[in-house]
Amino acid sequence: MNIKGTKTVESFHKRLGKIMWDKCGMARNEKGLQEAIVEIQQLKKEFWSDVRIPGDIDEMNPELDKAGRVADFIELGELMCKDALNRKESCGGHFREESQTEDGEAKRDDANFSYVAAWKFAGESNWELTKEELNFEIVKPSQRSYK
Amino acid sequence: MEHYNMNLTLKVWKQKNAKAQGSLETYQVKNISSEMSFLEMFDVLNEQLIAEGKEPIAFDHDCREGICGTCSMFINGRAHGPWEKNTTCQLHMRAFKDGDTIVVEPWRSQAFPVIKDLVVDRTAFDRIIQAGGYISVNTGNAQDANALPIDKKNADDSFMAAACIGCGACVATCKNGSAMLFVSAKVSQLALLPQGQPERESRVLNMVAQMDKEGFGNCTNTYACEAECPKGISIANIARLNREYLVASLSTED
Repeated sequence: MNIKGTKTVESFHKRLGKIMWDKCGMARNEKGLQEAIVEIQQLKKEFWSDVRIPGDIDEMNPELDKAGRVADFIELGELMCKDALNRKESCGGHFREESQTEDGEAKRDDANFSYVAAWKFAGESNWELTKEELNFEIVKPSQRSYK
Repeated sequence: MEHYNMNLTLKVWKQKNAKAQGSLETYQVKNISSEMSFLEMFDVLNEQLIAEGKEPIAFDHDCREGICGTCSMFINGRAHGPWEKNTTCQLHMRAFKDGDTIVVEPWRSQAFPVIKDLVVDRTAFDRIIQAGGYISVNTGNAQDANALPIDKKNADDSFMAAACIGCGACVATCKNGSAMLFVSAKVSQLALLPQGQPERESRVLNMVAQMDKEGFGNCTNTYACEAECPKGISIANIARLNREYLVASLSTED
């Protein structure tokens, strides 16, 4: 509320969405994700120094409500990029351009990535990874083809 | 249909809170696409207002798909605007022409106090539901669909009543500020099905008592609610509510 900057909350949400869509979308690569993390960190700085939240604090204020959510989305967006960067395999619709079969299908890497990534907050732009191992007893993950 | 852009004059109700005095403010919006929804037009206006250093207009919205019952604008004197069986979020700007002046007000009823601008407090509806709009079946797996035969007409009537999204357009439209269409839809939906039988009598008595307590008016059969209901809830439900209430008040032991 006290920032009294020049840009609307909505404009930050749209810019974050564009970064995520372009660089952490269905097909992503290492270079793009590294760029996205830097861009989101810059966006975060700009948000906390130049956002404009109209209205008062002691009344119904939909813009303040939205600002709180967009601030969370910015942090979550950065973490999503970090997680996507860390997972070097392609996994279904999460397609890493570096990890594809000869005919352009998603290439899995179950030897290294058969886990659920749980990230613990460890300060500004910093998270600790905890791996929750996945053990498939009956159905084994395998290369899929929809051709 | 041909796309076109329009410039509009909006007269919108601004009110800081329930106690403050409100008034209509005039706004100009330019280059509004005929393909936008009415709420998208408000999004554009609010971005413009914030950029100009003014306060945006508070309005209620959620799903923007016409099913949640949150949007609640009284547009040019009609609940949810000029289209039949339609919510504000599904009203599109092709309903208007370039140069039009549009007057937008909140739901007006004693039982729905204004929170801010176009947002009103509809928790009175929640309290009516809490008074009886539920059934006491055990949780667990649903039984076989054919285990409980239900008359086709009852199933259809119940389904039609269940379409009510609880938006409050009926109350806002009614000259008496009556919530009878809403309450009758909820009572009918359950009274017509076997699952609703255990609380059938207490439900109608408790919901009507809560409705009166909240300060809603009575029904004088003007049919305005049915005409403005975005889901086309039939006024026949109000006749059923009255029958249910009469039977319950004659037979109850309380």
